[in-house]
Amino acid sequence: MSGVLDGFRDPAIAAKLVDAIRETATTPCTLMEVCGTHTMAIAKNGLRGLMPQTVKLLSGPGCPVCVTANPDIDLAIEIARQPGIVMTTFGDMMKVPGSYSSLARERAEGHDVRVVYSPLDSLSIAESEPDKHVVFLGVGFETTAPAVALTIREAARRGLPNWSALSLHKTVPGALRALVDDPEVKVTGFILPGHVSTIIGVEPYRFLASEYGVPSVITGFEPVDVLQGVWMLAKQLAEGRAEIEIAYGRGVHAEGNPSAIAAIESTFDGCDAEWRGIGVIPGTGLALKPEFAAYDARVRVPCTPPEPREIRGCQCGDVLRGVVQPFECKLFGRACVPEHPVGPCMVSSEGSCAAYYRYTDYGRA
Amino acid sequence: MCLAIPAQLVSEPNDIQMAEVDILGVKRTISVMMTPDARSGDFVLVHAGFAIQVVDEQFAAESLEMLSMMGIKTAAELEAEMGMAADEAEDTGAAPSAASGVTAS
Amino acid sequence: MHQERILMSHGSGGTMMRDLIEELFIAEFGDETLSRMDDAAALDFPGRRMAFSTDTYVVNPLFFPGGDIGHLAVCGTVNDVATSGATPLYLSVGFVLEEGMLVDDLRRILTSMVRCAAEAGVRIVTGDTKVVDRGHGDGCYINTAGIGVLPEGLDLSGAHCRPGDVVLLSGTLGDHGIAVISTREGLTFSTDIETDAAPLNHLVAAVLAAAPDTRCFRDPTRGGLSSTLNELASASGVSITVEEALVPVHDQVRGACEMLGYDVFQVANEGKMVAVVPPQQAEAALAAMRASRYGEDAAIIGTVAEGPAGKVYVKTTFGATRIMDMLVGEQLPRIC
Repeated sequence: MSGVLDGFRDPAIAAKLVDAIRETATTPCTLMEVCGTHTMAIAKNGLRGLMPQTVKLLSGPGCPVCVTANPDIDLAIEIARQPGIVMTTFGDMMKVPGSYSSLARERAEGHDVRVVYSPLDSLSIAESEPDKHVVFLGVGFETTAPAVALTIREAARRGLPNWSALSLHKTVPGALRALVDDPEVKVTGFILPGHVSTIIGVEPYRFLASEYGVPSVITGFEPVDVLQGVWMLAKQLAEGRAEIEIAYGRGVHAEGNPSAIAAIESTFDGCDAEWRGIGVIPGTGLALKPEFAAYDARVRVPCTPPEPREIRGCQCGDVLRGVVQPFECKLFGRACVPEHPVGPCMVSSEGSCAAYYRYTDYGRA
Repeated sequence: MCLAIPAQLVSEPNDIQMAEVDILGVKRTISVMMTPDARSGDFVLVHAGFAIQVVDEQFAAESLEMLSMMGIKTAAELEAEMGMAADEAEDTGAAPSAASGVTAS
Repeated sequence: MHQERILMSHGSGGTMMRDLIEELFIAEFGDETLSRMDDAAALDFPGRRMAFSTDTYVVNPLFFPGGDIGHLAVCGTVNDVATSGATPLYLSVGFVLEEGMLVDDLRRILTSMVRCAAEAGVRIVTGDTKVVDRGHGDGCYINTAGIGVLPEGLDLSGAHCRPGDVVLLSGTLGDHGIAVISTREGLTFSTDIETDAAPLNHLVAAVLAAAPDTRCFRDPTRGGLSSTLNELASASGVSITVEEALVPVHDQVRGACEMLGYDVFQVANEGKMVAVVPPQQAEAALAAMRASRYGEDAAIIGTVAEGPAGKVYVKTTFGATRIMDMLVGEQLPRIC
């Protein structure tokens, strides 16, 4: 199988796609990739440099870590500070700064914060340390939400008395609507996230084409995948079409993954969620249903975080909306670098600023 | 978002829907609750310890084949133009064949 | 230094650790030799030049696939001394033992150290032990310091790389880091990968004999190949470009890195050497590496160029060129 997959990194095929893009994209367009993994794939493979002048690739709010607002990070930190708590989290969240601290700093201060690869691993920790209460920090879009939903259901099945989840999960389609409604955001087409789409399929994006006339292509993450997505968008624009197409056919079915969708819908209710830089987008959060209250960290570990604050000068919000490019932020590469990040866009493994800083020469001293 | 990597199922799912996958020789036990039809030998996308989709190998191979044939001449056309055997043309890299980028694993 | 407290990231071999060392240790100690930041200090003694190096080992777990902390403690310092081109001769060893540690475990560690020292041809000649309260010390910390004698006229340094030079790597990347992390709670996966920890002084000697104008050796430990090459590029004021397709990596290490979202260039190694040699001696150096124990998979992986100074690039298998960025702090598994 890896032999087949290597083909999606084949420079010869990539070259053909680049030629096709050049031929097809005769009028200027701005394509927004709404997925931090796409931002990284583009940066790591130097794809921006291969685009013709007419194609501008813009990064959007597709990094679930970056769009987690300070009050939410502060809550996770406050929970981690409570006695007897083991805070388990994906590695991605460890270094993200909240209003005053980060989980990595809390660990340095002596609080029990541990990185896990899978939420199921946090259940094992709860079983082997019955005198502690283990909280799992759930961050991520629809790719990750079903995994956490199934973990919550598994905790309930086992009747675990000392485990709960803090859901900071968000859903993508609502954010896309907020972006197209935003007059400052100028996007001609969307490169849609491959793995979110593996879960939700095509339907949730229909409104982009039918209500707003914005062409969108569900795209994979290897360099050939990304170029194919861009080419298909260029074709839609050239042919005056606005459709939701799937470029990433090997990983996405039009109906998504019904088991995964069912897991989300039976475990979570939609709620309002605050997206860093965008504000509250109604219905884009996922909250545990009341019947899972025993596994909801907001119920099991009630606490009040300090007043949130924003760092002056941080432009993560504008970067996330694609209004400002990372290197246009005044703090980029100076006060804000990966060693001492001001905002999550610089520290997250998928943040736009991190992608620019790490893989290109922008802003390097 | 979403590091999901293709891995091959090397065991059948057990009674709590966990199965072993192999990623280039590395093995891990993951949940296949979201891919109830997956069987040993299938390839799945793995994210955070869960299989989120079965990957269609055949589809992948066909997609690549289609892409690799975009806008270029076939080996036969080049042979006619340049008077070389199609094999020679392939060896010099002048005529990417329809099979370029697709290798049987 | 922007942080008030020491963080795990300060120990990871990346830019945060570099900043800690430069802004605190080098600044406070203010020693000229120390400030060169080579892996071993080349010192003048009446009639001889010696190389001197120290390292402290805090690996957790103490026993990991293919090795243990004792093995690491000897190899690591032997290798650091060897990077200067010196023949390592003597080691000191200091133990910080945690109250409650099993004596049998300590015995196993010592056996490991004896075996490794014998292979390297060094003697452990002085030592110290302390015991700390239960709850501190992770079982056992070991410090080793090593001393070796430098051949007349040899002055290897990370600052000597020149445009046109060739970069060699003695074998597969990432084995140690992946072997250790496969045992971590919350990340368990099963793999046949074992640590690559090994004494490389004989390999270094063989390469120096075949390629006497070698500029420098470095072992890519914490922070991986990326930290090493970035340090060399900075010290020499040159740029280095690595061709990804030429870098040897075991499939399983590749698989583990894909799964965890790790960059293999940032994963620790404990039994590998990077050598920078002038182009006319590159083939001879490569042959010498491949003929040496632990160098069977050696490869030429890149070249040195004028500039921009301090930059390291990777020419990816895809054909694009990107920066090989240095690890900042801890490398953490990610889902995004």
